[in-house]
Amino acid sequence: MKRAAPAFDRSPSALRPRRSIPLGIVMAVFLIYAFLPLVWLLINATKTQGDISTTFGLWFGSEFALWDNIVETLTYGDGIFLTWLANTMIYVIAGAGGATLLATLAGYGLAKYSFPGKRAVFAIVLGAIAVPGTALAVPTFLMFSQLGLTNTMWAIIIPSLISPFGLYLIWVYAVDAVPTELLEAARVDGAGEFRTFFTVALRLLAPGIVTVALFAIVATWNNYFLPLIMLNDPQLFPLTIGLQQWNLQATGVGSDPIFHLVITGSLLTIIPIVIAFLLLQRFWQSGLSAGSVKQ
Amino acid sequence: MTTRHHRRAMATGAAVVGLALTLAACSGDAETTPESTGNGGEGAETNDALDAALERGGDLTYWTWTPSAEAQVEAFMDAYPNVNVEVVDTGGAADNNLDLQNAISAGSGVPDVVQVEYQALPQFVLPGALLDLSEYGFGEYESLYTPSTWGAVSFSEGIWGLPQDSGPMALFYNKRVFDEYGIEVPATWDEFVEAGRTLRESGDDVWITNDYGGDAGFGTSMMWQAGGLPFQIDGENVTIDLQDEGTTRWAETWNPLIEEDLLADIPGWSDEWFTALSDGTIASLPIGAWMPGVLESSAPGGAGDWAVAPMPTYDGEPATAENGGSSQAVTAQSEDPELAAAFLRWLNASDESVEVFLASGGFPATVADLESEEFQAYESEYFGGQRINEVLVDATNSVLPGWQYLPWQAYANSIYPDTVGQAYLSGADLNEGLLNWQDQNIQYGSDQGFTVNP
Amino acid sequence: MVVFALTFIAPLVYSVYLSLFRDQLVGGNVFVGLDNYAQAFADEKLLEGALRVGAFLAVQVPIMLVLALIAALAIDSKRLAGSSLFRIGLFLPYAVPGVVAVLMWGFIYSERLGLAGDVNDTVGFDLMTPLSGDWILFAIGNIVTWEFMGYNMLIFYSALRAVSHDVYEAAAIDGAGQFRIIWNIKLPALRGALVIATIFSIIGSFQLFNEPNILKSLVPTLITTFYTPNMYAYNLSFVGQQVNYAATVAIIMGVITAVIAYVVQLRGTRGGAR
Repeated sequence: MKRAAPAFDRSPSALRPRRSIPLGIVMAVFLIYAFLPLVWLLINATKTQGDISTTFGLWFGSEFALWDNIVETLTYGDGIFLTWLANTMIYVIAGAGGATLLATLAGYGLAKYSFPGKRAVFAIVLGAIAVPGTALAVPTFLMFSQLGLTNTMWAIIIPSLISPFGLYLIWVYAVDAVPTELLEAARVDGAGEFRTFFTVALRLLAPGIVTVALFAIVATWNNYFLPLIMLNDPQLFPLTIGLQQWNLQATGVGSDPIFHLVITGSLLTIIPIVIAFLLLQRFWQSGLSAGSVKQ
Repeated sequence: MTTRHHRRAMATGAAVVGLALTLAACSGDAETTPESTGNGGEGAETNDALDAALERGGDLTYWTWTPSAEAQVEAFMDAYPNVNVEVVDTGGAADNNLDLQNAISAGSGVPDVVQVEYQALPQFVLPGALLDLSEYGFGEYESLYTPSTWGAVSFSEGIWGLPQDSGPMALFYNKRVFDEYGIEVPATWDEFVEAGRTLRESGDDVWITNDYGGDAGFGTSMMWQAGGLPFQIDGENVTIDLQDEGTTRWAETWNPLIEEDLLADIPGWSDEWFTALSDGTIASLPIGAWMPGVLESSAPGGAGDWAVAPMPTYDGEPATAENGGSSQAVTAQSEDPELAAAFLRWLNASDESVEVFLASGGFPATVADLESEEFQAYESEYFGGQRINEVLVDATNSVLPGWQYLPWQAYANSIYPDTVGQAYLSGADLNEGLLNWQDQNIQYGSDQGFTVNP
Repeated sequence: MVVFALTFIAPLVYSVYLSLFRDQLVGGNVFVGLDNYAQAFADEKLLEGALRVGAFLAVQVPIMLVLALIAALAIDSKRLAGSSLFRIGLFLPYAVPGVVAVLMWGFIYSERLGLAGDVNDTVGFDLMTPLSGDWILFAIGNIVTWEFMGYNMLIFYSALRAVSHDVYEAAAIDGAGQFRIIWNIKLPALRGALVIATIFSIIGSFQLFNEPNILKSLVPTLITTFYTPNMYAYNLSFVGQQVNYAATVAIIMGVITAVIAYVVQLRGTRGGAR
């Protein structure tokens, strides 16, 4: 944890060394609030379908079925959960990866090169952040269906590529983090624009890029609305849509409720993204500060 | 999918599987096999064409949410190795309708064969999304199916699908709870309401039934059972009258249940619901004949407690309605309609396929299966040895004729909780909610270019 | 830029185009000019949905942001043991997919089977009824707050960290107390972050869809098909086949959102220059 935020922990502690107990209690309440549903999820993932509804929510059931539940989740429906996991990975890597790349290139370009109409572009990008993404979903669906892109992976990946917020973040970050003099120096040394970018700028931008990547990963990992309307083949579903389908599977004539698998599947869905968060936290810490102070 | 089928099959129990095998043995002598019913003329020619398509082979896509679909298709591909059918599990009726509608408007990704609820058929027939199967001589299969299911697939001068299952309503009730509170099985709706009062007066968490006002399928079936005919469709002319005699009769009966808070507000198909069915919180359910399979697999705690009786009546005359149930249809955009039709014929009109469906706990639409002695003599262990099929088959024969669904039933159902459901929330008169539903449907129909008469 | 055009400009233009037509099950596609807009402005359902998200925004966003602010200030105050635990812990819900969050809370809210029911059993009366008509909007607000509080906290916290510590020391030497430091130094430093967080929260509120749409299966009559404008547009388009009208609703809501966000931003930045 110390490594995570070095600047913070080394800061002059002489200022207020005293720990405040009331503050600690207040924050503990916050923390309980944040963890309560997660603890509930963890406990209930260990229960059988029957125990979920009949035993107390925050304590274990009569049987410890976590392992059985995991196995059943992974094998149910010929292992469709693993297909959904793989799909989600593809969407995250292609969508979030592409979004990060595009945002980095465009943000850097906008920050470091001047051209006519730059103010207008800035306004458009800010406007783009403000336009509700879901408002565009319906026309995007209609357009994609005319292009024959619906019910393909492209229908998820292409819209994910655009991240106005990421672009904005890189932009403001690049203004500060990459000194123009450094670029000038590189140019004087005879480095081409691309070499300058890759050798000089990219390294300086790294924390910003990781932050953007992280938010793009979360956005694609958690994407629900877009795949909901774009996809109808379960083989292409990401985890979010798949889980909701399992949840609704209890409905109607062919009803087959599997609420215990919905819960265990939810738990399995959260784990990878939480790990990604924890691993990358030292980067998003410093990356975010740039985006928010500038304004 | 396969796992799902196996789970269901196991849950349903060896008894039913055994029954299906007996069925196979007795009806396997081709008396209802469609291939053998060809009796010359046009029918024979088209049958030849379909048979040829099966020999020739090809690829088909089949959308369904029937648990036994995978097993049925496996059996089909064993019989016709040249045909390859890809099964897509659409999860449920609502998603299936949405996806089909989207694919049709997108003009791509439309399956060849698709499961469509009876109530959703008109909305796909009207824009021409489904193939008229009478051109393949499917009219001759009419005698295979119950009148109400055949009526649901054949209208507007065409045959738009073959029935897969049926769901004539019956009263499923928890005998243990009824005995405990000294309730007789209600023969009329008045007795039903009275039973509801008795249960609530006990002060326990036990209710005569659950109805949240969110399930349009239940509401329309109840109107139907009361003799209502609120929707009449003649091409582009639609008549909507949710205040006709039958519909009002249901509303007047149901009003006291709502006003006196006698209905459990547990939404159907939720975890709560299955638990309430297991432990007796919900004492009875007026619901389709496919319910035994659901109870067995999803409310195991209720084993031995449940029984089934005919629907309560208004005037002593046995009357019931279809609740749920679906058909399979061939889409107009199918690239190989002959093969698709041939697959459909096998799927819903051949004994091999219907057996698999029955083994999975489904309730058939085929007369031969309904009337077979083995089927009727089946003693359900879950139902304490009751011969449930005798009751359910009787229900099949008392379905009231003439019911029609709107050509936009899916949308109408989606706004049912917005309108009729609000009466449940406020404890108001159900008729107000029905009128509101009527107004919004008239508005929608007119917006869509129909001539709508109130 | 090509991708940008394909996924952003084109749908926008296309939806404007769509909003000028009306496609009917019977009668086909006809040009209707601004009829759809006229209909939308007279549409009580749209109004109800818009007012609902407006009310939601007015209550939920300030609560969430104030909570996030308190958390950020607390963590920044250096008077907290294990602050990095709090920082990560509070942020964690943001990583939980919205679908999963709603499924979890849906189970917890259940009065018969969930925690709410357990609590009611314990106290002996219906203390908590999150899935009833009076509380359902708060139940949704709680889910949204839970999901995004940590995210906003982190934005605030990052902004606070950017303040040079010399400033605090100078203030401390001048004898300024904690609250004066917060009021005079920290809050002004947070202005930019506040504007950003507010804009995102406003956009999020107007787009409210996932939470009510998934909860709907638990409370089908309480959450109507037009509960939020976004749900309305979705149901119009995908259940009701009224694509053109849905596009109109989407455009109107998009414009309203953009205008409000723009005003907030203008006020925010202008205030900063003052």
